[in-house]
Amino acid sequence: MNALDYLVLFGVLVGIAAYGMWHTRGHHNLRTYLKGSRETRWFTIGLSVMATQASAITFISTPGQGYEDGLGFVQNYFGAPLALILIAAVFLPLYRRLNVYTAYEFLGKRFDAKTRLLGAALFLVQRGLGAGITIYAPAIVLSTVMGWRLDVTIVSTGLLVVLYTVTGGSDAVNLTQKYQIGVIFVGMVTAFFVLLARLPAGLTFSDALTVAGGFHKLQAVDFSFNPDRRYTIWTGVLGGMFLALSYFGTDQSQVQRYLAGASLRESRLGLMFNAVCKIPMQFFILLLGVLVFVFYQFERPPVFFNQAAWQYQAAHGAGEKLRALEKNFTAASTEKEHQIKNWLAARHAGDPSAAAAARVAALAAQTRAEAARTETKAVLRAADPKTPVNDSDYVFITFILDHLPHGVIGLLVAAFFAAAFSSKAGELNALGSTTTVDFYRHVIKRDATDAHYVAASKLFTALWGLVAVGFALYAQLVENLIQAVNILGSIFYGVVLGLFLVAFFFKRIGGTAAFWGALAAQGLVFALYSTLSISYLWYNFIGCAACVGISVIIQLCLPRGSGAATDRR
Amino acid sequence: MNQPPEINDKVTGLPGLRSWPSVYVFVLGVFLLWVGLLAGLTKLYS
Repeated sequence: MNALDYLVLFGVLVGIAAYGMWHTRGHHNLRTYLKGSRETRWFTIGLSVMATQASAITFISTPGQGYEDGLGFVQNYFGAPLALILIAAVFLPLYRRLNVYTAYEFLGKRFDAKTRLLGAALFLVQRGLGAGITIYAPAIVLSTVMGWRLDVTIVSTGLLVVLYTVTGGSDAVNLTQKYQIGVIFVGMVTAFFVLLARLPAGLTFSDALTVAGGFHKLQAVDFSFNPDRRYTIWTGVLGGMFLALSYFGTDQSQVQRYLAGASLRESRLGLMFNAVCKIPMQFFILLLGVLVFVFYQFERPPVFFNQAAWQYQAAHGAGEKLRALEKNFTAASTEKEHQIKNWLAARHAGDPSAAAAARVAALAAQTRAEAARTETKAVLRAADPKTPVNDSDYVFITFILDHLPHGVIGLLVAAFFAAAFSSKAGELNALGSTTTVDFYRHVIKRDATDAHYVAASKLFTALWGLVAVGFALYAQLVENLIQAVNILGSIFYGVVLGLFLVAFFFKRIGGTAAFWGALAAQGLVFALYSTLSISYLWYNFIGCAACVGISVIIQLCLPRGSGAATDRR
Repeated sequence: MNQPPEINDKVTGLPGLRSWPSVYVFVLGVFLLWVGLLAGLTKLYS
């Protein structure tokens, strides 16, 4: 990065942060601090909902996912439009009618205090840990760009986000997210066109898709029923719908965004905006990763994308083995490039048999190159068991730093940070709100002033920020980041969704049955996750179905008349 | 519980889509179109 990049990076980040801090001045009561002024229009809500979900992980890790596994991950989002329709039609009108601060307050009004606290606790555990992973993602960018230590980067960037978030209320979060997502879109679209321009001369977009398809990177939809496949249309529609229903419908970081709408109409349109845009947006980001894969078929990629880790081990004992493997990788990559050129030439010449032969040879070279990469990872792990061997999160940032022009590099890094700050602001805002409204105000101090609760909310937001930073220090032990976030969500979200579905659709089930049903279902999910190897998306469905089913059974076993009690606070 | 009255919540304000059910059907149609296009892309380049 040069001076121009730093100018773009700090100009964007400081400008948005300053705007957020300026906008939050004068927010002194709990309603405006937690819910905003409720004047927000649908477009701002739509972008805010999108920005809260689309963290830096989305833009760093997802292209790496596209590079490694192709477009299949897009199926993960197939359930989102269906879920958003259900939320707009059923969940949202109820939340607005009951005028709740948090989604869990609704559980208290429908069931009882203990069920409200259980729902809030499940959210706090899941989101608190997830927040750590989303702090870790931008830390990778900075540590790679600046050559800083990862742990120092996590702590410094995490504290910066905490400072920015604590000063901002819900209104400021919504508004700053609008500009942050604008920076993200401009950055990603710029990267797309620069990437197309950097493909070899004579290689058309159709050729690029042919190469990607030849290496199985364009398998966007998988209709197979194999339960071991992580992404199929069935896991995407069913599991993805439950995941999206839980996330958008019951996760306070999202509920808080659309409750800020000026009216039911504005909130609904904001959700429908996301229902229409979510799949194309994720497809576009994955396609970026696929095109980076095509780009690296003509430009030799590093054998291991986390080059800092590779260079460190190469200089500390494992150098001979690593350089030998790099040589094998280079030979296989050169052979692959040669065969791909033959393949495309035969295709252009209308010779299908020669094209098929060259493609087979290119795939064989790809297998050899992958074998060298796998062995490199084994050597790195043997040299230091703490070395993270999944390097897909480093793919896109490596491409940006090595091949994009100055200015654009600064813009892309700013986009990553804008994404990190926007999602982090939403998450910490929600964690602080839930702790204040559902625990502090509800259980500990019931009759304090608004100013006291605002101060408490700021304190809890800061504390959750510190917890997230602490967890982020351990995030480097997990595999691909975007998957880690979704796995964590899938373990908890199903049960939380089950609680809300019981609340919405099973009027005769009371708080006791729902509470114990949810606890039993969460235990079942933990047990299954530790013993089975099915796609994690299924746990959204299993947790939800178990919660509903067990709650119904418990209610049937309870004496008549032990139905819904309500918590009026 | 003094919530300001909801205004225009039954009017979508969208040209051609005057009721909420019609908005939901439109969103569903866009979803199916995307799945179809992605399935076509998969088949074309498999």
